[in-house]
Amino acid sequence: MENKNIYVPYKMKIEKVTEEAPFVKTFRLKFMNDEDAEKFDFRTGQFGEYSVYGEGESTFCIASAPTRKGYIECTFREAGRVTKALANLGEGDIIGFRGPYGNIFPIDEWKGKNLLFIAGGIALPPMRSVIWNCLDLRENFKDVTILYGARSVADLVYKHELKEWEERPDVNLFTTVDPGGETPEWDGKVGFVPTVLSEIAPSSENTIAIVCGPPIMIKYTFPVLEKLGFTDENIFTTLENRMKCGFGKCGRCNVGKVFVCKDGPVFTLKQMKELPAEY
Amino acid sequence: MEIVNKLLDKSALSALIERLSKSGKEVYAPVKENGITDFAKIDTIDTIDFDCITTIQSAKSLVFPRVENILSYKKTSEDIVVKNVDITAFPEVVALGTRPCDAAGFIPLDAIFCTDNADEIFNARLKKLTIISISCKKADEYCFCTSVNGNPGNTAGSDILLTEISDSTYFAEIVSEKGKAIFDANTDLFKETAAIDKTPHLAEVKQEFTAEAINEKLNTLFESDIWDKQSMRCVGCGACAYVCPACGCFDIQDENKGNKGIRHRCWDSCGFGLFTLHTSGHNPREKQSQRWRQRIFHKFSYQPVQQKQFGCVGCGRCSRACPADMNIAEHLKEIAVN
Ligand SMILES: Cc1cc2nc3c(=O)[nH]c(=O)nc-3n(C[C@H](O)[C@H](O)[C@H](O)COP(=O)(O)OP(=O)(O)OC[C@H]3O[C@@H](n4cnc5c(N)ncnc54)[C@H](O)[C@@H]3O)c2cc1C
Ligand code: SF4
Ligand code: SF4
Ligand code: FES
Repeated sequence: MENKNIYVPYKMKIEKVTEEAPFVKTFRLKFMNDEDAEKFDFRTGQFGEYSVYGEGESTFCIASAPTRKGYIECTFREAGRVTKALANLGEGDIIGFRGPYGNIFPIDEWKGKNLLFIAGGIALPPMRSVIWNCLDLRENFKDVTILYGARSVADLVYKHELKEWEERPDVNLFTTVDPGGETPEWDGKVGFVPTVLSEIAPSSENTIAIVCGPPIMIKYTFPVLEKLGFTDENIFTTLENRMKCGFGKCGRCNVGKVFVCKDGPVFTLKQMKELPAEY
Repeated sequence: MEIVNKLLDKSALSALIERLSKSGKEVYAPVKENGITDFAKIDTIDTIDFDCITTIQSAKSLVFPRVENILSYKKTSEDIVVKNVDITAFPEVVALGTRPCDAAGFIPLDAIFCTDNADEIFNARLKKLTIISISCKKADEYCFCTSVNGNPGNTAGSDILLTEISDSTYFAEIVSEKGKAIFDANTDLFKETAAIDKTPHLAEVKQEFTAEAINEKLNTLFESDIWDKQSMRCVGCGACAYVCPACGCFDIQDENKGNKGIRHRCWDSCGFGLFTLHTSGHNPREKQSQRWRQRIFHKFSYQPVQQKQFGCVGCGRCSRACPADMNIAEHLKEIAVN
């Protein structure tokens, strides 16, 4: 794009729609302008503003891995005005995308370590990008463990990929659903994420924990991790404050001395503890 | 650049205004209408309200309009065509009769929009704005510029500062290159002078605290009942943010008509409950007291870190505009002695 108006989105075509769970879809988006595609680059953890012209913009992380070139993906839950409008679109439709914004998961610094991914509900998308990124660079890391929980079996997103991860010998996958959310065929665990985490009790030795999920899950997961010996520097999460601009100008996501959009959305627990609890 | 001292007679100012507007520049100055003084477009000195202490609204809308397009779009059955804003079409603007606090207000605003990733739209407007301020002869009980690093004869932010030294004459300080461009094109209107001590011609505004002291105090004041106490009567109307020269928060919304529309940005306020409300219903700043705390912390604790600027210039507008009679100067004083 030759113009420097930072509010003008890239033009994207919806190439593929995947129904993930009730009210949750994944869009695969292709740049309509080859030059944009060529120039575009992002790193895992970053997000963007997706727009339906006439309805507005919505913030989602980039759910695909930067190692997979030529497209980006987003997974979103129908929640309000823009996400409902998005959900009504289909393959071939055009939407806008601005980004990438925000900081990254420092995966280069995680070389030689074990990785423990803990995700709840619709929060798997930010995690999926970093999981695939790490799996595509698998030799850089030691054990990879994924604990993923959702309210019910139907609410689990990326079912195909969960299967793929389950079948990989180099990934330990644990899936769980909240009590009451299981089906007769369900062979995963039953229980809330923090409970299952203390059950499987992964070692904190040389391990990085990455936690994404609803605030309540995060709140009860941190103490379990602390008990397992994880230090605040080794626990990563993402914050999801309300955003508009995505680059530190509109003021909306300001928490303490940081803008979640610019200085985040990835924070260590240590950094989070230094912020006022306004997230 | 080094400040250049000149004299400008009032008759010469009148000629200057006419020349500026004839040359195609849009000149804005305080104009009284229905008893209310605000910035409005003028082409003669006669309509200027020189007496008003500050306009109700600040001059920020000259660079950060209340509502402005950031793009427009048109949908066809096959495609969506997005049109960028034509920043070359923005007019050259002169703000005349801004107060030193108004001029200083553009500095934190500029810092918000142009730190990292410059906002091209804002930047283009600011580049085309020349600020000719007039020092304050009078102040009221709401003014506190001297407590936040300003003063009634402060040159910071102005391109030219005029100080009335007699009924017929201004002492003119040419502060910046933009100011010099106006001077260079109109040298015949200015007269030579040595430096003049402005003090006798300025309002007296007593310093009650310092911005640095507030900043220091806030380090330990996040968890305090002072925020509940101070904001008890705040109704969260957002007027304080709208009139503030240094408040830059905005919202982005689409306005659709048939198959086309615009995306605009418009002023917003951290004082609104909806400002931070997540779609899930969770709100990180649920209570008005938390939002009042954010206003003060943002201006005196966060902005100095994020943009190396305090976010308040002590104009007192928020206090004058507040329907609930919140007085920021009193509140800051209370924080300073806390
Ligand atoms: C960094 C980050 C990453 C995220 N990643 C994901 C993800 O991967 N997947 C996902 O599903 N969700 C994600 N979210 C959450 C997602 O952004 C919201 O669920 C989504 O924006 C809801 O948008 P909506 O338009 O449907 O909701 P609405 O609440 O209807 O919002 C509609 C539009 O109007 C604005 N709006 C709505 N109400 C008001 C109001 N009262 N005043 C002013 N403006 C208003 C909104 O800002 C929006 O532009 C993420 C959020 C963040 C911050
Ligand atoms: S103008 Fe007064 S009542 Fe309105 S939000 Fe500001 S402080 Fe509160
Ligand atoms: S906070 Fe109030 S006194 Fe300070 S600059 Fe804004 S309007 Fe003026
Ligand atoms: S989203 Fe605008 S400042 Fe962060």
